[in-house]
Amino acid sequence: MRWLGLAGLSVVALTLAVVLGPAHVAWADLGRSPIVRELRIPRALLGFVVGGSLAVSGASLQALMRNPLADPFLLGLSGGAGLGAVAAIALHLGGPWALPLAAFVGALVALGLVFRLGLIGGWGGGVELDPRVLLLGGVAVGAFAGAVMTAIISVSEAAQLRNAFLWLWGGLSGASWDTLLVLCLYVPVPLLVLLAAARPLDVLALGEEPARYLGADVTALKRRVYLAASLLTAAAVAVSGVIGFVGLMVPHLCRGVWGQQHRALLPASFLGGGALLVLADTAARVAVAPRELPVGIVTALIGVPLFALLLRRWTAT
Amino acid sequence: MDRDLILALRNVSARYPGAAGDALSGVSLDVRAGDLLAILGPNGSGKTTLVRMALGLLVPATGTAEVLGRPATAWPRRDLARVVGVVSQREENLFPQRVRESVLLGRYPHLSVWGGERPEDHLAVARALERCDVTALADRWIRTLSGGEYQRVRLARALAQEPRVLVLDEPTASLDLRHEMELFELVRDLVDTHGLAAVVVTHHVNLAARFADQVLLLDDGRSAASGPPTDVLTRATVERVFAWPVAIEPFDGRPQMIPLRKPSP
Repeated sequence: MRWLGLAGLSVVALTLAVVLGPAHVAWADLGRSPIVRELRIPRALLGFVVGGSLAVSGASLQALMRNPLADPFLLGLSGGAGLGAVAAIALHLGGPWALPLAAFVGALVALGLVFRLGLIGGWGGGVELDPRVLLLGGVAVGAFAGAVMTAIISVSEAAQLRNAFLWLWGGLSGASWDTLLVLCLYVPVPLLVLLAAARPLDVLALGEEPARYLGADVTALKRRVYLAASLLTAAAVAVSGVIGFVGLMVPHLCRGVWGQQHRALLPASFLGGGALLVLADTAARVAVAPRELPVGIVTALIGVPLFALLLRRWTAT
Repeated sequence: MDRDLILALRNVSARYPGAAGDALSGVSLDVRAGDLLAILGPNGSGKTTLVRMALGLLVPATGTAEVLGRPATAWPRRDLARVVGVVSQREENLFPQRVRESVLLGRYPHLSVWGGERPEDHLAVARALERCDVTALADRWIRTLSGGEYQRVRLARALAQEPRVLVLDEPTASLDLRHEMELFELVRDLVDTHGLAAVVVTHHVNLAARFADQVLLLDDGRSAASGPPTDVLTRATVERVFAWPVAIEPFDGRPQMIPLRKPSP
């Protein structure tokens, strides 16, 4: 029943995204219209994959960091990606792939730096990924990248400034069948890695030492989950900018319905995140048509009140 | 017939990086099926270090730590978790969870990566809940449990692993008299009727003396004495290790310790 509801929501979200838009397309023409075929359908599907990826990444990182407030951008990836994107805009790099690639590389550099900072000597003798250090490293790297990014923006022209600003709030206007294809080739690998880690993540919620006693290989688990979740986020941010709140909120909504078992939670988060982002993107396209809002603004406008409500319920029990 | 040797530590030593002295030096212990071993000792005497070593989380600097004849650190963690069930000193509950779900986590070492829970897993959980007398709590939220109930649930989770030895690190640290006694009775019963072995790390000299077959008394990383409670818990040894005057009285055939007041000057 719950799964049926979620599947229904996903179908409704995708249908609305295809039917609604600033340009009016008659029902009869939906199948033939190039606007639908070349713009709306790939955009809706891309939004779904991005939203799902962000939500799965967020749910996994919450378990890994043992922090309910973790989200995909907690670990400095948004800073790195933002710096890459802003650098590409400032350098006038052309072509449809320049911006996503620059953002992706920026995110990877941040990911590598934070990972290296997070590795410390454990008492077993080897090196161990410490979630607390990871968090501090993520904040530090994110802050540094943010500073450099702001420096670049502050000396650039007004038009570039606007582009950079809009990019930072996220958007799916760059969607095409090509980007969708690239993302669909890339995303399954980290997704499967995270799904395979579902059970050990359940155990990790008890703490690292109890998890080891229950038979989880915690050292390898932490690295795998950090890398897979970050690579997932890096891809999402490359094609759509920084879209906040999906990765924080959707996992918590799903926890409320599906409980804490990651075998159900991760797939539910994927569908929920996908549906939510597609709905938010449709709203972003339609609300101030023919202009477009950055979709991150819509997710924040829906997300913040919802999250506040959630926090209240949480602290009440 | 010689009962199965499950845990065997021979002459182990350990040193934490940067520490001045050894955390453990030259300690040995044997745990066989049907044994309840209590590890006693003052704070910082190496109890938890010894347990970590027996569980393969620490590599001995010297000596050997073996589980069923194989070095503890050579075991894949999953395989080890099917032999040793641990109730550690601390754990957290990051997200709200019900008792049954929490005990089901004990089946982790028996489950495959992609497969679901099998009937035998639910059966093992039901059996573990029953043995620890927490079946009635199965649908309660963990955070609504009392301290004593929670410890029994954690013991049930360790039992759901279907291990051959249970290791409990200060399991009654925050429990009142009744819950403390109930837990020790439960562990004793599991050892007697189900052929399990148990290792209990505790501060309670008297409970160790009442319930344990063997006692290992640690003092500053060394073994001060080991053997049956009557041999280990003598007045001279206890006074030396705990640095406090005591009297030892026999009760029910077991030594019981009474701490003395400081003689007035």
